Order: sequence, then structure tokens, then C-alpha cells
Amino acid sequence: MAKTIQAPLPGTFYRSSAPGEPPFKSEGDAVAVGDTIGLIEVMKSFTPVVAEEAGTLLAFHVENEDAVMAGQPLYDLDA
Amino acid sequence: MAERSFEVVKPGLATTVQDLGRPGYYHLGLPLSGAMDRFALIAANRLVGNPDGAAGLEAVFLGPELRFSADALVAITGAELPPKLDGVEQPLWSAFAVKAGQVLSFAFLKGGARAYIAIAGGIDVPEVLGSRSTYALGALGGFEGRALKAGDVVPLGAPTGTGREGASLPKEGRRPAQESGVEIRVVPGLYWHRITEEAQAGFFEDTWKVAPEADRIGYRFRGGKKLDFVPRQQPFGAGSDPSNIVDSCYPYGSIQVPGGTEPIVLHRDAVSGGGYFMIGTVISADMDLIGQLQPHQPVRFQSVTLDEALAARAVEKARLAKLGELI
Repeated sequence: MAKTIQAPLPGTFYRSSAPGEPPFKSEGDAVAVGDTIGLIEVMKSFTPVVAEEAGTLLAFHVENEDAVMAGQPLYDLDA
Repeated sequence: MAERSFEVVKPGLATTVQDLGRPGYYHLGLPLSGAMDRFALIAANRLVGNPDGAAGLEAVFLGPELRFSADALVAITGAELPPKLDGVEQPLWSAFAVKAGQVLSFAFLKGGARAYIAIAGGIDVPEVLGSRSTYALGALGGFEGRALKAGDVVPLGAPTGTGREGASLPKEGRRPAQESGVEIRVVPGLYWHRITEEAQAGFFEDTWKVAPEADRIGYRFRGGKKLDFVPRQQPFGAGSDPSNIVDSCYPYGSIQVPGGTEPIVLHRDAVSGGGYFMIGTVISADMDLIGQLQPHQPVRFQSVTLDEALAARAVEKARLAKLGELI
């Protein structure tokens, strides 16, 4: 069943660890518990968005470097 | 474990012990520290029967998870960060009872930036220079001079016994987080003449957005037009950039604009001096408001006179005085 995972905190969302690096996850990828999906930058620190559920990543709701609010949908997971 | 304490299960993003601050040492380079939203901390303290200056927790953007060792009376104010007790949602701006062994956690942030957690008896860390506030940059005060970490056991003081469960601040007494139309009032300052008339007008006309790196030291904004400077030969002792001055004191609330590009409002943990010109100073009545701004939130600066700033300060004082009647 598809589930929407929300941003835990506000900031800037990044899909890779550095510019030019491959994204942590792409649509269609398998996700295991503990996998890093992206990073949220706020107050000069980068907080990893870590999967708490396993499944298949269906779609991202935000682009790389988009501003996100806490609670905003980040990605859909087929758990 | 201390007799009355809580254990940090999850620390949140940057949860620190704060009271009303450590004034009197700024000339030595030690900032004020203390709650970014002082009104919210005072309200939380009153709700649990604490003195206004008791130490509580400031949680920014992401709430902590705390397990209590003893029964306690708790109130959460400030940001809309909904508290949960053993998973059951609790009201904001209200005192609720926590039983020994229960876990206080939080849902996602819905508005604002900083929530204040007051616990009857206050947080009993040692005072440093008259305050329990954390100055993390200087590793001073608070709990071991730093933000809380998982596993910390934080001691609590003895409650006064005057707090009561269910005490609540009615809506008209709160300050809800503003999502749009935020205006920050500024008194143009000593170095106002350094920028051109067009830049002076543009600063107040433009919409600025909170930069994600904004923190307790300074709130950075971007998105407005670059400020142009009146040409001059840089004086001896000043750096070569036109935004440089001969080193000067930085007041709390002053707005520096390094390179003329991104204004930074110095807040509770700011440095006390340096070589950037300051366009003006945010009025004291609006400093709490800045502490509740989220990254990317749009704001405008509004020019006010010193008389208007003092009138706004009087309004804030009256609002604080009204707290006593409302709780």
C-alpha cells in the first residue's frame, strides 16, 4: 500500500550528499529501514532523512534544493 | 539518576536549556543568550507556577523525546509543536501533568520555529554568571555548555507548588505564529549614510526570505536587491570591502549586511563586535518574533523612529503585564 512520508523539519531538501554526486535514492529504488533518502539543511547542519519503513520508492514530491516545511510530503513509498 | 529529572531519549535538532539570559557581559564578548522568544518562555513558566526567569528548554524545529523520572507539571508554548504524552496529544499553552515514567514527545512542527518547555521547579543546572542559559558557541552554561544529547539526565528543581494542572493561556493572550505578512520594525542606524538613497529605499521595499542557516547567533535573510554603497576611501583600520567599517560594537538586534548582499540580524548568541557596517537595529519588541521565523519565510523590514520603537516596547510590556490576569 502506498504511503506518503513527510519532512520531519523545515529547511532545504537535498537528494544527494554533495553537488554532482548521484542521488541517495531514485524513483523505483528499493528502500530498507535506515536508508538515507535525502538531507534537510537548516541552521548550518544537514539532517539525514532516514527511512523508518521498507518498501519501494514510488515518487518524490519535492525536487532537489526545494524549500520544505515540516510535515510536507517528501516521497511516496509502496510498503 | 537525580531524584527529579528527565532523561533525553531523542534530543531533537538543537534543544538547549535557556532562561531569560545573561545580560551584563556583552562588553567582554559574552552575549545575552537566553530564550529567543522571551514572551513564550515567561508564559510557559507562569503556567507551571515558576518564576519568570526559571530555566526551561528551547526546542527548535524538531521536538525532543524526554522520559520523566518523577511526576511533573509541564507547559509548552511558542511554536506550534504539538506535545504528546505517551503518544497522546496534549494542548499547547496549557499546564498538563506528567507521571513518573511517562515520555513527552512532539508531532511535526505546524507553525513558528521555537517551542518552550517549562517544567514546574525549572531545570536545575548550575548558574554561570547569573544565568542557566546555554551559550553553545562558548561552551558555557546550560547542560554542560551544549545542546542536549540522547542519554543526558537533566536535573529538575523543586516546584513552588503554585502551578496547577489545566491552567491555560487564552488565545487572545498568545502570539500565534505568523505565516505571511511578517513585518520587522527597524530603527535606521549609525551607518545608514553608507548606502545610496536607492539602496535605502530598496531595503524597506524588498521582500526578504529567511536563509536556512539562520540560528541563535544571527538571523540571515536573502532575496532582496544588493545594497549599493556611497563611494569613499576606506578609513584606516577598516577592511577593503565597502561594507567594512573600523571595528565597532554590535548591538543586540543590529543588522549587518556583509558585502551588501544578505542582512543578518544579530540575536541572543551573537558576537559583540566587528568590522561590518550596520544598517540599523531591530526594535526590542520584535526580537521575539524573529525567533519564531522559519527558513524561507518571507518578511519585510519597516522603518520606524526611536519614539515609535519605544511606544512598541511599552505595548509589549503591557502584554506581559496582562499575562498575570489571564493565567
